[in-house]
Amino acid sequence: MSDPRELYQQVILEHNKKPRNFGKLEPCTHHAEGHNPLCGDQLELTLVVENGVVQDVKFQGNGCAIDVASASLMTQAVKGRPVAEAEAMAEQFRGMVRGDLDPATQTPLLGKLVLFRGVKDLPSRVKCAVLPWATLHAALKGEAEASTE
Amino acid sequence: MTTTLQPLDVAAIRKDFPLLSRTLNGKPVIYLDSAVSGQMPLAVIERMSHYEREEHTNVHRGVSTLSQEATDRFEEAREKVRAFLGAASAREIVWTRGATEALNLVAQSFGRMVVQAGDEILLSAMEHHANIVPWQMLAQEKGATIKVIPMNDAGELILESLDELITERTRILGVTHVSNVLGTVNPVKEIIARAHARGVSVVVDGAQAVPHLAVDVRDLDADFYAFSGHKLSGPTGIGALYGKLAHLEAMPPWQGGGSMIRSVSWEKTTYMPAPAKFEAGTPPIAAAIGLGAALDYVQALGLDRIAAHEHELLAYATGRMAAIPGLRILGNAKDKASVLSFVVEGIHPHDLGSILDSEGVVVRAGHHCAQPVMTRFHVPATTRASFAYFNTREEVDILVSAVLKAIELFK
Ligand SMILES: Cc1ncc(COP(=O)(O)O)c(C=O)c1O
Repeated sequence: MSDPRELYQQVILEHNKKPRNFGKLEPCTHHAEGHNPLCGDQLELTLVVENGVVQDVKFQGNGCAIDVASASLMTQAVKGRPVAEAEAMAEQFRGMVRGDLDPATQTPLLGKLVLFRGVKDLPSRVKCAVLPWATLHAALKGEAEASTE
Repeated sequence: MTTTLQPLDVAAIRKDFPLLSRTLNGKPVIYLDSAVSGQMPLAVIERMSHYEREEHTNVHRGVSTLSQEATDRFEEAREKVRAFLGAASAREIVWTRGATEALNLVAQSFGRMVVQAGDEILLSAMEHHANIVPWQMLAQEKGATIKVIPMNDAGELILESLDELITERTRILGVTHVSNVLGTVNPVKEIIARAHARGVSVVVDGAQAVPHLAVDVRDLDADFYAFSGHKLSGPTGIGALYGKLAHLEAMPPWQGGGSMIRSVSWEKTTYMPAPAKFEAGTPPIAAAIGLGAALDYVQALGLDRIAAHEHELLAYATGRMAAIPGLRILGNAKDKASVLSFVVEGIHPHDLGSILDSEGVVVRAGHHCAQPVMTRFHVPATTRASFAYFNTREEVDILVSAVLKAIELFK
């Protein structure tokens, strides 16, 4: 990454400053904590899933801009989606930031989330972007904890 | 009396470091990460390469001339470490993989010998995980407890409390000579004297000290002193533990195998005297010889001149960085070495690290393997620049403009 603006686009900076769906849902149907041992990023995700659809989702925690913006944009993207679709998005997101899937053709569900594609050029930051999605996956599977290790 | 030191010829020194002329993300590399690992001068790289091309074999193995030569070079390197630390005898120098292994050796061998259930191990609040976790493992095994010497907001140990913290049950005191996060130079000589007055042995983690200040283990009266070669212009995979001979002789071996035995039978095995007793298996021979070459290199530059150069650079960097609005420096001890940790309001250290990286500036962003220090200062992580004898004011200026760029981007 020669120009940090490729990664730190306005959308990411703005979501970092004003994260959407920040907080905790009580009561909730699904819950998981995500942890990135390498950098100490922490994330708590709560969801209300009814009839196989993510009705509501919130996150809280602290982390870097990539992590917070990724969580914020994720909550917006999965809210109202069927669980199966949210899982498929998680798969596509992971594939994209790891450089396995081409955002131009292979990640149709991601929409504006393709703005995270620049992360693939920063291997040390891939885990930051993926942490919210790994936590979502854990919560939907009924696991209490997700780790990027 | 003050003597004027001849300043280092930094331009000439930089030519000894090939990495310093490469680019990173299209920019000239600015290496401000010597506290993570120092760069090796060509003299070290070439000495190791010479060993591998012309001298490679094993040490302490039989009658071949080749093995005898390698053994001589390997033991000469040990003698260089002895002289560098001011130890009385080369028998007090044990080769290890680095500071971490050296500290584990002390905990596993000396610690197991002297710590019993109900005893206490006293550690400073600014230890690296390498001088915390081995003691926690020992404490758990023995049913001992760990107590902590606190520090103030400037990052200085609060030594007024030391005499109360040391109790009848204290067996070992562990302290870092220089903090890898805060740069604090701890008054280890005083701490050791006060601990010894109460019969407590002291283990000093010298990993961040030896690159910046002349150490004399006899003057300090340290029981143990640990360091890593790679932070001292040497290679990875090698380091050393200094231990007072009386301790090393009394301590049991901690790893078994070749080289550490005198004779082996099914009935009874006997061990070599120290230091061989603690050196089971084939050591990293090229790395040890390379470390010897690194000690020659820094001593030729002169540790006093290195310290003077780095102090000047640290003062300059501190002044420039402190003037940046929203930037807070962690660690403002009166006596400080070569490390500048900081946080910037509204920018997570990892984001800052990535942006500096894109400008070619190599720094460390993270918890620096000292999570209790992060907790003490209520930060998840910091960004840390660390300076070596080859760094310049111009490089500090580039660091400052890169930080300003990040602030502009995150505004
Ligand atoms: C103060 C301190 N102690 C111990 C260590 C561990 O050194 P190594 O990983 O070379 O064993 C370090 C390295 O970061 C350090 O800074």
